[in-house]
Amino acid sequence: MPDTESSAADRPASPPGESRLRRWTRPTGMQVVMALLIGSLAFAMTTQIGQDDATDYTSLRGVELVELLKSIDAANERLGTQIDDLTETRDDLLTSSRRSEDAEEEARKRSEQLAILAGSAGAAGPGVAVTIDDPDEAVSANQLLDAVQELRDAGAEAIAVNGTARVVAQTYFLDDEHAVVIGGRKVERPFVIEAIGDPGTMSEAVRFRGGLLDRVANVGGKATVVERDKVTITALADVKGPEYARPRS
Amino acid sequence: MIPVIGLVVGLGLGLWLQPTVPVWLQPYLPIAVVAALDAVVGALRALGEKRFNDRVFVISFISNVIIASAMVFLGDQLGVGSQLSTGVIVVLGIRIFANAAAIRRRIFHA
Repeated sequence: MPDTESSAADRPASPPGESRLRRWTRPTGMQVVMALLIGSLAFAMTTQIGQDDATDYTSLRGVELVELLKSIDAANERLGTQIDDLTETRDDLLTSSRRSEDAEEEARKRSEQLAILAGSAGAAGPGVAVTIDDPDEAVSANQLLDAVQELRDAGAEAIAVNGTARVVAQTYFLDDEHAVVIGGRKVERPFVIEAIGDPGTMSEAVRFRGGLLDRVANVGGKATVVERDKVTITALADVKGPEYARPRS
Repeated sequence: MIPVIGLVVGLGLGLWLQPTVPVWLQPYLPIAVVAALDAVVGALRALGEKRFNDRVFVISFISNVIIASAMVFLGDQLGVGSQLSTGVIVVLGIRIFANAAAIRRRIFHA
């Protein structure tokens, strides 16, 4: 400080020897003030140094803050675009997975329907049971086939004879000694034809004048039809893949 | 002796309390510290030249701090706060170097 030069003169009263020590130890007002000032300086320095550890934006100037804000805005915008992109991708994936779920469900339903049609799965539902009792063995395979046709016309969805022979599209009916062979299975008398479908329609289809019941009665047999709330068909047809036919796309 | 005690007490308090600088004080504190350092180095030089005066020290210390802070405040008001702060720091730095050089010359004769 140039100011300090102005007071070159020490206190004239104090001799150089012991006054020097006295001057530094005697607590005058000025000494206390100096102690306070230096103490506050030390305090401020340590405080300021400790402050530097914490990154803080309060010490930044306006221009720097504007720059910072700009860069943060740009980053924000970039990230927003990214969020939009990723959301779109996620939505796409969700939609496609839902679509494939739907397709899978559809395929499963279709396969169940086809399994019932092909006779490779059991079925249950309302239907009728037609019992044909002919002690004279007058009812032939042809007449059984006619009966099955009539039930099919009336909307039968699954048919089985005597609980062992499932009747599907490929099933054949053959006369055998004292029995009938249906789709390779020997079926003994009396025949019980179980059919799943609308019970009312099917029972009408066999009851009408000149229908199955009358024809069986004509050859000396006895046929009865019973409507049931639940008919369970567990017999399965022998499913074999087509040897010659190929699906045409 | 008492100023040394003050120094130790101030250092201890600062290290022990670890206070947070209030927001309104943050632009001024660094400048004020440098200005006070300038006063202290000047006082050390005067001490070495055996012309130290405690009154001068106290007044120069306080006026240095006040003027430096006022300049920063004025600079902030005028919109040239950072430039003026840099200017004040440069000037105070030059003075500290000059005083330190004087002390060095006196102690080492070089």
